[in-house]
Amino acid sequence: MNKELVKDPLNIIICGVGGQGNILATELLASALVEQGFYTTVGETYGASQRGGSVMSHVRISSTAEYGVLIPLGEADIIVSFEPTDTLRVARDYANKGTLIITESRPNYPLAVLSGEAVYPAMEDIEAELKKLAGVVKIIEATRLAVEAGNSQATNILLMGALTALPQVPLTTEDYDRVMEQRFKETALELNRKVFKIGYEQM
Amino acid sequence: MEWMITANEPGKTYLMQGNEAISRGALEAGIRFAAAYPGSPSSEILTMLGHVAEEMDIYAEWSTNETCALEACLGASFARVRSLCIMKQNGLLTVGDALHSASLSGIRGGLVLIVADDPSAHSSTNEFDSRHQARSAALPMLEPANMQEAKDMVKWGFELSEQLQQLVMVRTTTRINHGRSSVVLGEFPGQKTDPATIGEWDRMVAINWFKDGQNAKIDQAQDIFEDSPFNQYMGPDSADLIIVTCGTGWLYSTEAVETLELQDSVGILKIGTTYPLPEKFIVQHLAKTKKVLVVEEVDPFLEQNIAILMAYHPELQVELLGRRGGNAMPRKDELNPDIVRNSLAALVNKEYTGPDIAVIPPEEAVVLPPRELTFCAGCPHRASFFLLKQTLRIQEGQGVVMGDIGCYTMGGQRAGHYLYNFLCCMGGGISAAEGLGQLTRFGFEQPVLALAGDSTFFHSCLPGLVNAKYHNSDMLFVVLDNAATAMTGFQPHPGIGLTAMGRAAEPISIEKVVEAIGCPVTVADPFDIDGTTQIVYDLLKQPGLKVLILKQECATLVRKSEKPRVWVDQDLCRGDECGCGRFCSRIWGCPGNIWDYEAGKAKIDEVVCVGCGVCVSLCPAGAIKMEGGQADE
Repeated sequence: MNKELVKDPLNIIICGVGGQGNILATELLASALVEQGFYTTVGETYGASQRGGSVMSHVRISSTAEYGVLIPLGEADIIVSFEPTDTLRVARDYANKGTLIITESRPNYPLAVLSGEAVYPAMEDIEAELKKLAGVVKIIEATRLAVEAGNSQATNILLMGALTALPQVPLTTEDYDRVMEQRFKETALELNRKVFKIGYEQM
Repeated sequence: MEWMITANEPGKTYLMQGNEAISRGALEAGIRFAAAYPGSPSSEILTMLGHVAEEMDIYAEWSTNETCALEACLGASFARVRSLCIMKQNGLLTVGDALHSASLSGIRGGLVLIVADDPSAHSSTNEFDSRHQARSAALPMLEPANMQEAKDMVKWGFELSEQLQQLVMVRTTTRINHGRSSVVLGEFPGQKTDPATIGEWDRMVAINWFKDGQNAKIDQAQDIFEDSPFNQYMGPDSADLIIVTCGTGWLYSTEAVETLELQDSVGILKIGTTYPLPEKFIVQHLAKTKKVLVVEEVDPFLEQNIAILMAYHPELQVELLGRRGGNAMPRKDELNPDIVRNSLAALVNKEYTGPDIAVIPPEEAVVLPPRELTFCAGCPHRASFFLLKQTLRIQEGQGVVMGDIGCYTMGGQRAGHYLYNFLCCMGGGISAAEGLGQLTRFGFEQPVLALAGDSTFFHSCLPGLVNAKYHNSDMLFVVLDNAATAMTGFQPHPGIGLTAMGRAAEPISIEKVVEAIGCPVTVADPFDIDGTTQIVYDLLKQPGLKVLILKQECATLVRKSEKPRVWVDQDLCRGDECGCGRFCSRIWGCPGNIWDYEAGKAKIDEVVCVGCGVCVSLCPAGAIKMEGGQADE
């Protein structure tokens, strides 16, 4: 192992709502890390997420040893979230004052909000609480940017671009690109490369 | 991913899901046969093996239930073909007789049984611990602690199985099945074994005559386990405390010892062969300490087997702690790094200072709306539960509804208007209803209903239906036929007309099966709320056994080239003035029916709506409109 991490193990959480593509994004990220020779483990909590539930993936990266698939409470170094209320839900359990958060700002309304029984909180309030919980909070209009680039379904890869731009993450665009080449073909690959770059440039 | 499990690249490292690693291990062992019934978290294994079956020259099937799957594997094993059987914890309980009997007869070709437990019941109604079955059936059992071991243990399990001529169990948990980690690929066998001839005097017979042989096999397994590389001790020669652990507990334990900086005083004894225990190996290591903490998923199985072992070894003077002993660990729910670290810290009186965490007073915290599970937009179950609830409200006498296992298990919650009163297990609803329906002779007058899905119907409702028919129980059996095993990811079942290997098969009609048993059967469309409500109402008035099939395809399977457009006519919707109490978004509860706060009126989320049109017929003001649309063939 020739690569050192700024923190070992480096703990990353990727979360959102079922169907947003975070399991695929996590799988790509972790595969790129394994190709670079890091011990990488992923724990996925999804239950019945296909039916509107929350999905959360824990990624643990080390240059010295394999770690268990779950991150201890309060010990996420980075949280990447595809949905603002899920960002806050996860940050309350896993963030500390040094945690770096990247979050999409577009809400995915839960059933109780759609039916008019509960109120979706204001983004400013969510942001204010996130700032109290974590060190850095970066908000990206990922879905809007992905739609402008061609397809809302590429939001997940756009956020992976933003994550890869962080100096703490031991990956380059080329490392991620190699894994994308294995998984995507032609137009999908082209689009994902485009949105990855857009995400990268947001940071 | 399928290309990973078939890649001929020995020595190459890939990130693999536990279920991928298990599939890979079985292929490296040269299996020719695999059978399973779907159940989270195990379902991906046979799905993948089915997809690569042609390429890898193996046979794979989704059996009708777990007993069929295990017995099919026994058949293949008799011809000396290596066979893999896969199920979840509930499935293992249903195969108890086959499992115990097979243990008496032994096997020929290697037979490995994967059983995937679900601690914390993430995708189950329970967190049963399958390991008791290994002990009860006298079968050797392995428990992988990471994805690499999941692959390697499955592969080795086949060698062990043939060496012992005995079935071998591999117990996993959700964090192994659905976790991912690095796995180094091994080689595929050069040649696959073809079935051997079964001679006139060959026998694979389960009778008590073979109990001595069964005992000899489990003793031999214990001897082999004494030297297994899957068991290891890491730590000082004399320890203040030794953690004995298996499965996911291992990496949580190594992390806890590292975090608390206890490497010099706490040892870790990792056990990969959890039944039978390698007795000499354990006794030798436990002699190094006076205090033992057992870290394992679900029940104190390892802990209590060590307690038994201690009874035979009075020289071991240790305090035994764990999920039972000293209440050192919680009695239920899955492990995590916090539980293990906190338990250990408390036992060695060590403070743990974690990272700096902000404390937000509750009154300053943002109120978050919950993410509730519900039926998908356009799901036929929503319509079925609504009309059954409505009928039972109109009907005289409080109806009693017996539920079953599937997506429709959610019908016992808000999504299904809390419809059913009873839930047990796969196929449990119809038989319990049969018993209740017999009580009419003693004056029990409540209408009795049982529900089951189409996959559950084939899995375990047939004996119950025959029983109800033969004894003419007063009840209504409702089959919620959505043409899918929807909950676990749309695996084909005998009513579908497709196999695990993607080949066409002749579908079996539920209606014809019910008719052949001699039951009166009615088929109705749950989307026709008024018509079907009338049908249910009339059926409940009739004595004896009635069967109703509510037929409508699962909403996630219906592909429409041109989706009908559903919208709310804003002039006709009377909003909160209506008196319906926001019926469409609040009561009906389809994710496609939403409330427009600004207009104060109902609205359709056209991205989510699949155009089933049921809400059109339910709006009291006739404000929901639909046009166009055509279903694909």
